[in-house]
Amino acid sequence: MTSTAVPTTAPSHAEPAYVGQKGVWSWLTTVDHKRIGTLYLYTALTFFLIGGLEAEMLRIQLQGPNRHFVSAELYNQLFTMHGTTMIFLAIMPLSAAFFNFLIPLQIGARDVAFPRLNAFSYWVYLFGGIFITLPILFQVAPNGGWFGYVPLTTRQFSAGINIDFWVIGLQILGISSLAAAFNFITTIINLRAPGMTLMRMPMFTWMAFVVQFLLVLAFPVITIALVFLLFDRFFGTNFYEINAGADPLLWQHLFWIFGHPEVYILILPAFGLVSEVLPTYSGKPLFGYPVMVYSGILIGVLGFGVWAHHMFAVGMGPIADSVFALSTMLIGIPTGVKIFNWMATMAQGSIRYTTSMKFGIALVALFTIGGISGVMHSSPPADLQQTDTYFIVAHFHYVLFGGSIMGIFAGIYHYFPKITGRLLNEKLGSWHFWINFVGMNLTFFPMHFSGMLGMPRRIYTYDAGQGWDTFNLMSSIGAYMLAVATLIFIYNFFTSRKRGEIAGPNPWHAGTLEWSIPSPPPEYNFAVLPTVTSRYPLWEGNETDMESARLNSQEGKSAEEMGIILPYNTIKPLIVALGLIIMFCGLITTRVLIFVGAATLVVSLYTWLLSPLEPEHH
Amino acid sequence: MSAPAAHHYTATGLDSRKIAIWAFIGSECMLFASLISTYLIYKGRSRVGPFPHETWVDPTSGHHFHAILNIPVTSASTFTLLMSSLFMVLALSAVQNKNVPKRTTSDRILGSSKLWLWATALAGSTFLGFQAFEFTSFVHEGLTIRTNLFGSSFFTLTGFHGAHVTAGVIWLLTLLSIDYRRGLGPNDALNVDIAALYWHFVDVVWIAIFTLVYLIK
Repeated sequence: MTSTAVPTTAPSHAEPAYVGQKGVWSWLTTVDHKRIGTLYLYTALTFFLIGGLEAEMLRIQLQGPNRHFVSAELYNQLFTMHGTTMIFLAIMPLSAAFFNFLIPLQIGARDVAFPRLNAFSYWVYLFGGIFITLPILFQVAPNGGWFGYVPLTTRQFSAGINIDFWVIGLQILGISSLAAAFNFITTIINLRAPGMTLMRMPMFTWMAFVVQFLLVLAFPVITIALVFLLFDRFFGTNFYEINAGADPLLWQHLFWIFGHPEVYILILPAFGLVSEVLPTYSGKPLFGYPVMVYSGILIGVLGFGVWAHHMFAVGMGPIADSVFALSTMLIGIPTGVKIFNWMATMAQGSIRYTTSMKFGIALVALFTIGGISGVMHSSPPADLQQTDTYFIVAHFHYVLFGGSIMGIFAGIYHYFPKITGRLLNEKLGSWHFWINFVGMNLTFFPMHFSGMLGMPRRIYTYDAGQGWDTFNLMSSIGAYMLAVATLIFIYNFFTSRKRGEIAGPNPWHAGTLEWSIPSPPPEYNFAVLPTVTSRYPLWEGNETDMESARLNSQEGKSAEEMGIILPYNTIKPLIVALGLIIMFCGLITTRVLIFVGAATLVVSLYTWLLSPLEPEHH
Repeated sequence: MSAPAAHHYTATGLDSRKIAIWAFIGSECMLFASLISTYLIYKGRSRVGPFPHETWVDPTSGHHFHAILNIPVTSASTFTLLMSSLFMVLALSAVQNKNVPKRTTSDRILGSSKLWLWATALAGSTFLGFQAFEFTSFVHEGLTIRTNLFGSSFFTLTGFHGAHVTAGVIWLLTLLSIDYRRGLGPNDALNVDIAALYWHFVDVVWIAIFTLVYLIK
């Protein structure tokens, strides 16, 4: 693979004027997908730290038998919020940060299809995240687990305000995810540059595309499950009222019909990122591109047919158990295909072991471990031994930490230069990676054993002498290593942001469109809309590809100078989101707020819809 | 309802809003599928009456409850809602053909976007009126959202649908106000088309609800 014709010489300064306006107001009113992506990135990393802090407190508590670092009640809040935060406030929005930043750049578009709706999604996410996170400071945080099983979470057994925060908070976050999903589906279908056929789309955009469909189809189901719970708690309906004849499994079915696709919502974006990272640092195109696409789609489709494997222990009967066991084993096939294709991508490549590459390889290895333990408990008899033990905790941390988080870090090291114009420090990155890698395995591998020895999940402490002590101590030491690794990352992030090496348009000699433009990209992305003739325009493109890449790599001019029309900045999406959150706050405080919120929402929504997106084109 | 710039290149040639509304409708399908499935799962599981299709005698008070669903009245409201879809089609056609010369009286009637938008909104409101009547009469007969599983799942399902119709009526009234202010023309056809897609979707959902909840015993 020859390197690109795009000049890689660095400009003298990292953030030139063409990038856009400055100041707090410009961030509050921005509709630029890159800036919204940056907002998502910073916010989600903050929530990642909060979720991590919660995890550290859990590990301090469980470090040895009979410890009392936190109370049982606080422990319940901490594990509930750790799960909820990591899933809804960290990993999903970190993926959303990449969706925002990368999708338009990878398909050769100026922005997403609905820039203002995009801003709305972010503000709803931010406000919803604050809404669901603040209660932990007052020790009234949700305490029913991230899965919120009824009847535990009904008013009868959870009388306090804790679960109300959870029910309402997840509704708010669902609105954000759905609005974003409609936006990205439309963007990917409709705003691809000429020649960017579906089968030429970069793999990250493909996986993002699949994820949007999962969001659109899975989120309404939990919306309804939560509406039922909300009505039961606030208006005395009977959806989960066993005495009225309600089915105790209704919640579990609805929750997992959402919850299992959610697992793929969490992992597929990381798969997409790694499918960009591995080819770049192997200097080879992705092996078996069409099969990677099809297996991604297949994972998405099958992901809707495996939900009840979370429920083997409730006694659904042999037929349901068998069907869901088989469908679960089946989904291992397309996932395995991906693993083998990544390995084939690296095989015989001229591999550069950058930090990003290390994280990428770590995903392939660690996700495989998590995948294999997943296949183990796809068998109901095995699952009956393992369910609700630390074995399950080990399993899903190998797929979510070993998979999603490793993939996201691979993406951050890979795309940080595109986002900021500067490279992350590789030496610190290497320390971050190795401490993270060792810490991750030290934390979660022993959990396989403590689980097999019968240690249940969600207990706040345990007696000595059950064979769990050493494994728990190991897990806690591992968790402290993860904290150290994260501190190194934060230091690296902020120092490199200021003083990192200037990146230039394509520091990694990657092949896809986003690397043909300056770093950071100008506010209009592409000076000329590119015409695409291949999957890796910068590696194997013809003269048209090269010419548009050459034009786009030049920088310096602002949108005005170029005569490019961009959408107006507007505060309205923020106000609409604010109205929404005020309305929901009214449910748990005073009813007046419901009307205030609704009025704000309606008025600002109308002014938004009736004002033009961008200046008139002549 | 700001018109997007017409110069925007799109890969499919379709306007982005058209694709987004289909994605939205896909999502709404799952929303109503969850509601309808819950209703069906809970059918016949209520411990106390009133019931939808059977009479019930309260063992403690001896009070006699009728089968509560009023199929003739709901058939009338269903018919009204279905007619509103026809009016919506005529409204869209009137907007699309705004600039075609009208020669006869029937041309002028068929070409009046205001008339058909009003007709659609009124039919929708009539349906909502029927629903308000149905809900109050049920409450008077002793069925509330808290009475039993039937009450909870019935009021939530039909209430969600009613809320969607309400949103649709507000949407239609908004289009009407634009029509009165500056007149809706072929350039607005897409906006009306999107509202129509939503409206037809809400109607189709009602066909499913009417069949599964009211007609099947």
